Amino acid sequence: MTTGRSRARRAPQRHLPLQVLLGFLVVYFLVPFWWVVVNSSKDAPGLFGGGNTLWFTDRVDYFGNLRQLFTYDGGIYGRWILNSTLYAFAGGIGATILAVMAGYGFAKYRFAGRRLSFSVLLGALMVPATALVIPTFVMFSGLGLTNTIWAVILPSLLNPFGVYLMHVYARDAVPDEILDAARADGAGEVRTFLQVALPLMRPAVVTVLLLSAVASWNNYFLPVAMLSDNRLFPVTVGLGLWQGIASANNAGSTSLWSLIILGALVSVIPLIVAFFTLQRHWRGGLAVGGLR
Amino acid sequence: MTLLIEESAPSTQEKAHKARGTVRLREHLMGWLFVGPFALVFLALLIAPLAYALYLSLFRKKLIGGTSFVLFDNYVKAFTDPSFLSGAWFVVRFSLVAIPLQIVVALAMALILDAVTSAFARFSRLMIFLPYAIPTVIGAVMWGFLYSRSFGPLSDVFGVFGATAPDFLGGNLIFYGLANVVTWQWAGYYMIILYAALQGIDPALYEAARMDGAGGRQIALRIKIPLIAPALLLILVFALIGTLQFFNEPQFLRFLAAGTIGPDFTPNMYAYQQAFALANFNYGSAISFALGGIVFAGVYAFLFFTRKRRSFL
Repeated sequence: MTTGRSRARRAPQRHLPLQVLLGFLVVYFLVPFWWVVVNSSKDAPGLFGGGNTLWFTDRVDYFGNLRQLFTYDGGIYGRWILNSTLYAFAGGIGATILAVMAGYGFAKYRFAGRRLSFSVLLGALMVPATALVIPTFVMFSGLGLTNTIWAVILPSLLNPFGVYLMHVYARDAVPDEILDAARADGAGEVRTFLQVALPLMRPAVVTVLLLSAVASWNNYFLPVAMLSDNRLFPVTVGLGLWQGIASANNAGSTSLWSLIILGALVSVIPLIVAFFTLQRHWRGGLAVGGLR
Repeated sequence: MTLLIEESAPSTQEKAHKARGTVRLREHLMGWLFVGPFALVFLALLIAPLAYALYLSLFRKKLIGGTSFVLFDNYVKAFTDPSFLSGAWFVVRFSLVAIPLQIVVALAMALILDAVTSAFARFSRLMIFLPYAIPTVIGAVMWGFLYSRSFGPLSDVFGVFGATAPDFLGGNLIFYGLANVVTWQWAGYYMIILYAALQGIDPALYEAARMDGAGGRQIALRIKIPLIAPALLLILVFALIGTLQFFNEPQFLRFLAAGTIGPDFTPNMYAYQQAFALANFNYGSAISFALGGIVFAGVYAFLFFTRKRRSFL
């Protein structure tokens, strides 16, 4: 929110030793990506042939490998990517709507039970999410929900930290005077929320949306516990399945390793694109969580 | 006139009171209308499972005689079970090493990026943050490949010096192999939070400190770090909650580190094995609940001792 203030006026600071140090750090953070980018161009003999593992072989065949990846086992990989996308969107959007409404409610209305429920919410921030997986599984299996998409989507709707973040943001960024002015002009509560408050809360909304979508896209424990039909798997669980197969019979499935490597690369592209393109929006929102 | 005023005064007051009453009622209603949907999800998917886990953990299923109420027997069993205890000891040790490592790296990077303003610094900031966009399991696999003897570069690199490469997937070194994976994965995210907090500090403070003769290092130590203490505390709590629940990375690296990572490597992996491989949901729930209790107590004690409870809660 205050980022950039007076920074533009100051001359750029260039400390050469620190920049060199940064260079090393960037190399460290990029090495795994580099390895994956290089090695997903290889076929199994290139991968296991004992050549330079950080450089290309003579055969650079991304298209051939991609075709193999998306046709292997009836194109199951494409399905996993679509599943991940569905879970991330449904879970992310649902969690964000709930969090925005609740955060605004906590920040702008003095209702009975507000203090108590907010304390319970803050306590819930400390409840480890994985502690909920086993009982949720047993509950869902009683309801016949396990091994359906709902088993993954419904638990993703719960984002207490998102509510906390929205509460802090709405409290600071939405002045009561503006809300009162809108009400005085005859706008109802819902319209005031949608047309006055919501636009002011946009950076935090984008942040919570991105954080919840990332959380569902990255989730592994929940889907691996809930799903047994591999056509419902998100890409994380799917790649785990392939890894298990590949390491169980090492000799027969060396070609599966090159699919896993390319599969890992393809699976990280959507989120990287989302982060880069939405950069401007989420950074202001993330600052709120850090400033409190 | 005075009489009139006196007469009308209570009536307007009454009216105002009445009006305030309806306003209050309206506020209660609207507040719950906004919070309600989340509250329902919260009750159904957090409170109910927690209560159910507690309930499940008090029973034991036997081959003969069915399910019986055993009160705290499962907990007694867990806290005397070598598998649970060694897993719990591992995550505690791992937290003590990996969390300070991540935070120190994140803090150092945030301070550097706050001090250096160049195009390369902006580029570095994004690259350092990049691993956050990678699913933890995929990050673990990427590093697993790099550690791997069959297709990783470590043996090449060490071969140049005529040395044998360390095996980060075997023996005791897996501890450091995993510490490196989580540092790579999370340091960038923590850096962004700390960086945002640093950017929120009023630069006038630095000017004042410089006038008093403070150097860059003193400004960092005496002004910047104390002022971002709440953000540091926040990421510490997140790191603690996440690390004690360690599951994804070791569960995925199991395939590459056959034999080193057993099914009871961390308490969460053990709970998963009990529940889903052995269908022992009662004992699995007890382990989950015991772990959750450890996390909750640990975080609460930590916040209590740092006396920063109010700044976070």
